[in-house]
Amino acid sequence: MMRVESGVRPRLEARIGTSRTMVYLTPVLAVILTMACGSILFAALGHHPPAVLSAFFIQPISSVYGLAELTVKATPLVLCAIGLSFGFRANVWNIGAEGQLTLGAIAGGGVALWAGDDAAAWVLPAMILAGLLGGAAWAAIPAFLKTRFNANEILTSLMLTYVAILLLSYLVHGPWKDPDGYSFPQSRMFADSALLPLLSTGTRLHLGAPITLFLALGAWWVMARMFIGFQIKVVGLTPAAAGLAGFSVKRLIWVTLLTGGALSGLAGLFEVAGPIGQLQPTISPGYGFTAIIVAFLGRLHPLGILVAGLFIALSYLGGETVQIQLGLPLAVSGVFQGMLLFFLLASDVLVRYRIRWDRAALPQEAG
Amino acid sequence: MAEQDGMAEQDRPARLQLSGISKQFPGCLANDQVDLALAPGEIHALLGENGAGKSTLVKIIYGVLRADSGEIHWDGQPVSIASPSQARRMGIAMVFQHFSLFESMTVAENIALGLDHGPDLDRLAAQVGEVGRRYGLTLEPERVVHDLSVGERQRVEIVRCLMQNPRLLIMDEPTSVLTPGEAESLFKTLRQLADEGCTILYISHKLQEIRTLCDRATVMRAGRIVATCDPRHETAHDLARLMIGEDFSRASKTAGGTRGAARLQVRGLSMAAAAMHGTPITHIEFEVAAGEILAIAGVAGNGQNTLLAALSGEQLCASAGDIRIEGQDAGDLGPRRRRRLGLAFVPEERLGHGAVPEMSLADNALLTGYERQDLLSRGSIMFSRTRDYAQRIVQSFQVVSGGVGSHAGSLSGGNLQKFIIGRELLQKPKVLVVAHPTWGVDAGAAAAIHTALLDLAGQGTAILIVSQDLDELLQISDRIAVLSDGRLSECMLTAEADIGRIGLLMGGHGRSEGDVNDAGGERRAAQT
Repeated sequence: MMRVESGVRPRLEARIGTSRTMVYLTPVLAVILTMACGSILFAALGHHPPAVLSAFFIQPISSVYGLAELTVKATPLVLCAIGLSFGFRANVWNIGAEGQLTLGAIAGGGVALWAGDDAAAWVLPAMILAGLLGGAAWAAIPAFLKTRFNANEILTSLMLTYVAILLLSYLVHGPWKDPDGYSFPQSRMFADSALLPLLSTGTRLHLGAPITLFLALGAWWVMARMFIGFQIKVVGLTPAAAGLAGFSVKRLIWVTLLTGGALSGLAGLFEVAGPIGQLQPTISPGYGFTAIIVAFLGRLHPLGILVAGLFIALSYLGGETVQIQLGLPLAVSGVFQGMLLFFLLASDVLVRYRIRWDRAALPQEAG
Repeated sequence: MAEQDGMAEQDRPARLQLSGISKQFPGCLANDQVDLALAPGEIHALLGENGAGKSTLVKIIYGVLRADSGEIHWDGQPVSIASPSQARRMGIAMVFQHFSLFESMTVAENIALGLDHGPDLDRLAAQVGEVGRRYGLTLEPERVVHDLSVGERQRVEIVRCLMQNPRLLIMDEPTSVLTPGEAESLFKTLRQLADEGCTILYISHKLQEIRTLCDRATVMRAGRIVATCDPRHETAHDLARLMIGEDFSRASKTAGGTRGAARLQVRGLSMAAAAMHGTPITHIEFEVAAGEILAIAGVAGNGQNTLLAALSGEQLCASAGDIRIEGQDAGDLGPRRRRRLGLAFVPEERLGHGAVPEMSLADNALLTGYERQDLLSRGSIMFSRTRDYAQRIVQSFQVVSGGVGSHAGSLSGGNLQKFIIGRELLQKPKVLVVAHPTWGVDAGAAAAIHTALLDLAGQGTAILIVSQDLDELLQISDRIAVLSDGRLSECMLTAEADIGRIGLLMGGHGRSEGDVNDAGGERRAAQT
C-alpha cells in the first residue's frame, strides 16, 4: 500500500519574503533568457545570431517611421492588456479580448458606414463611444452568464470571440460589402472625418496612441489610489476577505468585465478608424490574445503594461523584418512571444520558491 | 526514595530517547538541541505555546520530518526514522489534530486504508469491535464517516492506531474538538493504555487536563526544552509561566453591572448552510445588551459558521427583522451597511478571511475600517489617514510587526489576531461579534485580548463571542448559551451556570430525545 522510495527528487519550497526588486526584475530576466534561447535557435537554423537579433530588435526601430509603427502596433496591445489586467487582478479570467475588440470595430465601424461620406465632425466621437459600448456589450454576456449561472468566463469569453469574428465576416461578405469593391469582402472606406487624425505626416501614428497613454495613466490612478482598485485587488487575492468587508463580488465581476470589454472595443475601433480605414474580415493579428502575454509581462500594472506592449509590438515588427531580410518564417514572432511567456512564468515561480533536492523523498500517506 | 526510583528508571532503557535534536527551517530554528526521554507506560505531556516547536519535534519522531542533527534511540537502539510507515512498523502511532478520514467511506474501510498490511474487511470489522470493547471505544464498523460526530471520528483515528499495537502513541491536541464528557472518556482510554505499558506523548496547551492526566510534562519554549516537571505538583499558573516565560495576569469579568438596552437582537433566525458540509441553523433567538458579553459555546461544526455568516451580513437573512442592530432591522443588509449601524466583526479565520495576507497592515486596516473611520474621499483612498489608523492599532495593541507597511502574512498568529481585534475595537462598535478570539494565540496575547474585550464592554458595547474554548467563555462572559446541531440553548447566567449541563448541551444531549432526532433528520435532509 505504501512504499518508501529513495532517490533524488526536486521539491518547491516557499522562500521567506519575496524580494520586491526581483518581482520587477523577472520581466527583464525573461527577456534576456528569451534572446539567449532565440540566438541558439537562429544558430541552429544556420544564421548568425547577432545579425538576426539586430534585424529583429534594432532595425525595426532605427527610424522615425519604425518608431511610429511600433507605437501603432503597441496601441491596441496596451489597451486590451490594461482592460484585461483589471479582470485578472480580480480573478476574472476574460480571455475574449479579441472578440470584444472585434465587436468594438463592428459597432464603431458601423457608425462610420452609417454616417456615410459626408459625415460631420461629430462622427468620430460617436464612433469612439460606439466602440466602447460594442466591446462592453460583448463582455456583458460572459459577465451575465457568470453572475447569473456561474458559467466559467474563460470558456464563454473565448467562444464569443469566434462568434464575433464570424459576425464581422458575415457583415463584410454580406450587408456591409462595398458595392464598388469588385466583390472583395470589405466595406467601403471610411470618410476622412471618420478617420483618426494622424500625428505625424509620413507615418501611420494616430490619435489613438496619446489617448492610450492617457488611459494607462488613468488606470494606474484607479488601481493605486481609488477604492474600487483596492476592492479589485482584495477580491482577487482573498475573496472571503472581500465578502467580510462588504465588497460585492458580482459587482466587481461586472465592473472588470465591462471595463475590459470597453477598452478592447476601443482598441478595435482605433484599428479600423486608424491604420485600416475600413472593415475587413481580419482586423487584428491576434492582438486580443497577445494582450494576455502583455498583461502578465507588465505585471498587471498599467505602466508595466505600457513597456511590455512596446516590447511585444517590437516582436511583431521584428518578425516581419527577419522574414523579409533573412527569409525566416513569420512564426518566429510567435515562438519569441511563447518563449517570453514561458520564461516569465518560470522566473515568477522561482522568485517565490526555491528548488530543493530531497535525498529520500517521503511517501505520501494514504488516508 | 525518589532518587532510588530514578535510578531504577535509568537502568531500564527509555522507550524513546532523543538527544540533541535540532531542526532549522528557513528563518527559524524550530528545534534547538532538544533532549527528551519517554519511559515505558508513562503519559508524558509536551507543553508549549504555538510556535514553540512541539509539532516539529513530533513530526521528527513520526518520520514526517528529518532532524538536521541529533540522535534517536528506540528501546536503547539507535534508529533513524525515515518515514511514517517505518515509524508505524517500529510501533509509533499518531493521532493528528486534523483527522485524515475519507468522508464517504465506512469506518472499517478507513481503518483498512491506514494499515500497512490490513486483513480483509470482515475480519477487520471483528477486530475493530474487539479493540473498541477493550478500550471503551464503541464504533460501528459499517457506518459511513460522513455521519459521525467529531468525537466518533477521533475514536476511528485512535482505533486505527491501536490496531497496530503501538508502543508509543502520540496525540496532538486531542481534546480541542471534544466536549468535556468525551474528553473524560478519552482520558480513561489513555490511562488504560498506559497501564498496559504503552507510552503516550500528549501534546496540549490545556493546562488543567495535563495536570489531571499526565505523569510528567516537558515544557518547550522557542524551540528549546525549558523545564521538565511533574504536572500534578504544579499549579496551572506555574505551568503557564513556564510556558510563556513571564508572569501574566488573567483578566476576568467582574460580576454584576447593570444591563443596558438590547443592541443586538436575533429573532427566529433560520438559515441553510452556505458551504457543502456546513450545518444549517434553526430558529436562533437571543439578545445582547449594551455592556454585556454573551458567549455561544459549542463544538465546531454545529452551525457556528452559518450563524457567523448570518450575523456579519455575508449571508442575508430571509427577513429583515431576523436581526436587529441598535433597534433597526438589519437582516437584509450587507456587511457594509451593518457596519454603518455599528457592527464590528472578527471572523474565525485570520488569514484569508479577516485579513489579506499579501497586503500591508495599512491596507488591511482599510479593509473593514473604510466605513466607520472615514478613510475615503469621493472614491479615493486617503492614505495618510489610513496609515495613521493602522499605526494606532499597532500601538494600542502592541502588535509586533515590521511597521504598517509589512504584509499581514508576515505576522505571527497572535500578533495578527491582536491587529484584527484592534482594527475592530478602534472603530468603537456598538455591537461586536467575535469568533474564537484567542484561538491559537499564546497566553500573554490572550490575556491582552480578554482585557481589551472587557474594557470595550465596560464602555457599553454589546459583545457576542462564539468559541469552542469553554474556559475562556466562562472566564469573561456574563451569559452563556450552547449551539448544538444548529439550535441554540437557553441563555444562562455564566456565574450560575452548571458546567455539567453545558457539557451535556455541547454533546447534543440537553434536549429531549425527540428533539435531537428531529434536528438530525433536518440536517441530513439539508445535506442531500
